[in-house]
Amino acid sequence: MLFSGLKVWTSRSLWIHRLHEGINGGGKARYSSCSPKVCIVGGGPAGFYTAQHLIKARPDVTVDIYERLPVPFGLVRFGVAPDHPEVKNVINTFTQTARHKRCSFYGNVNVGKDLSVTELQEAYHAVVLSYGAEGNRRMGVPGEDLSGVYSAKDFVGWYNGLPSCRELGPDLSCETAVILGQGNVALDVARVLLSPIDLLKKTDITQPALEVLEESRVRRVLIVGRRGPTQIAGTVKEVREMVNLPNTRPDMLASDFEGVKEALKDLPRPRKRLTELMLKTAMETPGEKEHERREKASRVWGLRFYRSPVEILADPERSSRMAGIRLAVNNLEGSGEEARAVLTGEMEDVSCGLIISSIGYKSLSIDPSVPFDSHRAIVPNNMGRIQEAPGLYCSGWLKTGPTGVIATTLNNSFDTVRSMLEDMDSGTLNTSAAKPGSQSINALLENRGVKPVTFSEWEKIDSEEVRRGAAIGKPREKLLTVEEMLQVAGK
Amino acid sequence: MALVTALRRLVRLREFAWRTAAVTSGSWPRTQSFSSGHLLRSDNKVTVHFFNRDGEKITVKGSPGDSLLDIVINEDLDFDGFGACEGTLACSTCHLIFEEETYKSLGPVTDEEMDMLDLAYGLSDTSRLGCQICLTKRMEGMVARVPESVADIRQSQDGS
Ligand SMILES: Cc1cc2nc3c(=O)[nH]c(=O)nc-3n(C[C@H](O)[C@H](O)[C@H](O)COP(=O)(O)OP(=O)(O)OC[C@H]3O[C@@H](n4cnc5c(N)ncnc54)[C@H](O)[C@@H]3O)c2cc1C
Ligand SMILES: NC(=O)c1ccc[n+]([C@@H]2O[C@H](COP(=O)([O-])OP(=O)(O)OC[C@H]3O[C@@H](n4cnc5c(N)ncnc54)[C@H](OP(=O)(O)O)[C@@H]3O)[C@@H](O)[C@H]2O)c1
Ligand code: FES
Repeated sequence: MLFSGLKVWTSRSLWIHRLHEGINGGGKARYSSCSPKVCIVGGGPAGFYTAQHLIKARPDVTVDIYERLPVPFGLVRFGVAPDHPEVKNVINTFTQTARHKRCSFYGNVNVGKDLSVTELQEAYHAVVLSYGAEGNRRMGVPGEDLSGVYSAKDFVGWYNGLPSCRELGPDLSCETAVILGQGNVALDVARVLLSPIDLLKKTDITQPALEVLEESRVRRVLIVGRRGPTQIAGTVKEVREMVNLPNTRPDMLASDFEGVKEALKDLPRPRKRLTELMLKTAMETPGEKEHERREKASRVWGLRFYRSPVEILADPERSSRMAGIRLAVNNLEGSGEEARAVLTGEMEDVSCGLIISSIGYKSLSIDPSVPFDSHRAIVPNNMGRIQEAPGLYCSGWLKTGPTGVIATTLNNSFDTVRSMLEDMDSGTLNTSAAKPGSQSINALLENRGVKPVTFSEWEKIDSEEVRRGAAIGKPREKLLTVEEMLQVAGK
Repeated sequence: MALVTALRRLVRLREFAWRTAAVTSGSWPRTQSFSSGHLLRSDNKVTVHFFNRDGEKITVKGSPGDSLLDIVINEDLDFDGFGACEGTLACSTCHLIFEEETYKSLGPVTDEEMDMLDLAYGLSDTSRLGCQICLTKRMEGMVARVPESVADIRQSQDGS
């Protein structure tokens, strides 16, 4: 008892000592004569986790976060589905980071436009690019730009209040929608399209989106993947949410599941549980209660496998509008996660009035001075160190490509910080010369007529949104334009 | 006994000062107060041994009814990124690995926990999510290991 009590004291006081003294586990002092100034481009999870870890690891470092929008949190605000409020709890930790005295947030600053990365490098000892993946992968098929075809990125941005997607105005007057891609984004979109409106009303989905969804005539959503059930990109929690979605029933094809049962035994546990859930949903005769539930359901969702998009078919009567999609039927070559879809030559047409392409996001280059691998659409890097660019680092989706949940982004951001700390220790990253940091950047911004939004100004926007939400029984009603955000921030 | 209590109180005071002044990783919104368990006499408490990512053993005590996440928060244990979704079964960052016997004694796992657990790094047959495990007296002396992150694994493979 006494022993364990003392042990507690020793290990924890050591940790506290470490925080105050900036000494790493090896007991080596890490100070340089001048306090390192680091800036981060992008105020999403990667930006905040990078800042959090840096501040904690080095008691002398100051961190400034530059964010393009007046509001922080990236895809936690503009990506995560409105009916997943628990996921957004990470905002509490981000807020603590932003309020830390060695961290500053500057919203409404578009790096690449308002400031160049070179200017940031002149002002800071190190620059971390964490600006995510703001583009989307295109299918590259004829008809992709017809009306009635949307990217999931825009559709998600629209229901989540991303200013640039405000005017998307998706047409939901058809009965059947086809979603291409079977990742979690595709499942989010399917769920939002089919959710009972009363469930959505209690979320922070935007009011205009809610009104359009309330009038939606979409009754059937097909989620189409190019490979098989054992390669589906979505995860079990999200598939289970579809299975349990009120007022919907599944519509699957038995032929898609041929041989799947036999393959189960060799799958690792996560893949196995996911496949079992789909098999059960597709193939098992439901019990009485579930049977009744399905009978009563007025909306339908289905997964379709082994199909790749070939062409979006135009409406013969309105050639600028789509009326269906041509899918190529695939076989799989190889097995497991790496199996590849190969065309069989067979085609299949599906009529539908709405197509949402959800085949992935894509990072863009924001500044020609920064190396960019346009084939892989990432910044080429070694554990977060941008190649051939000393002093430049990257984290988050820009570093890894647009996959991974927030926990993945957290880990890869911490890894980048480790690399940077190693470089500070080894002297590869020179922090000995004094740097002006935000002082010189703020002067540049002022000259250019850019008005940064600070974190406390964001908190004004936040309270206004919460206030507007409370008036209509929602956790928040988001401001939808940059102008209004700036106005509420007092700019 | 009195000495230990006094020492622990001292530590807690110092931590509190840090907590209000700075960010701790895997931290909790400040509005969360210490669990009322702290006010109870320590003989009601349950001892838990954690092994952190560096393999260091950390022994703490929690009150019956606290989740393992509560303990990590209350004791301000420095497990990077632990508990990102604050115990709402939406992140898997509270992943812990147990000894086989302990795992068996923890009781059944819900589908929802399994679903989230399936996304965890370094998933093992005796993995659980710390936010879903509530302490009982029977768990006295249990050992919970915080799994290595991907980078740790990569570094040890590199031999660096
Ligand atoms: C639709 C969707 C739903 C998701 N749902 C979940 C979920 O439920 N659970 C989960 O764990 N994960 C979810 N994810 C994954 C999660 O959102 C990502 O792992 C995470 O957001 C990646 O973080 P990031 O910081 O790299 O990118 P982002 O979140 O995109 O942040 C990048 C930030 O950089 C800013 N920026 C861009 N360009 C510039 C510029 N030029 N100058 C300055 N700033 C710039 C952006 O405005 C943005 O704020 C979801 C992803 C998507 C797309
Ligand atoms: N609730 C959550 O936790 C949540 C919610 C949303 C997003 N996220 C995460 O965010 C990340 C991004 O999600 P995402 O859905 O955008 O990406 P994703 O998981 O990578 O899924 C992309 C999908 O598009 C398909 N695809 C890619 N290129 C294609 C092409 N040329 N033709 C046809 N299909 C193509 C992929 O098929 P192949 O498998 O055959 O390549 C896959 O089905 C994921 O890691 C996801 O888990 C999480
Ligand atoms: S804290 Fe997120 S799942 Fe346990």
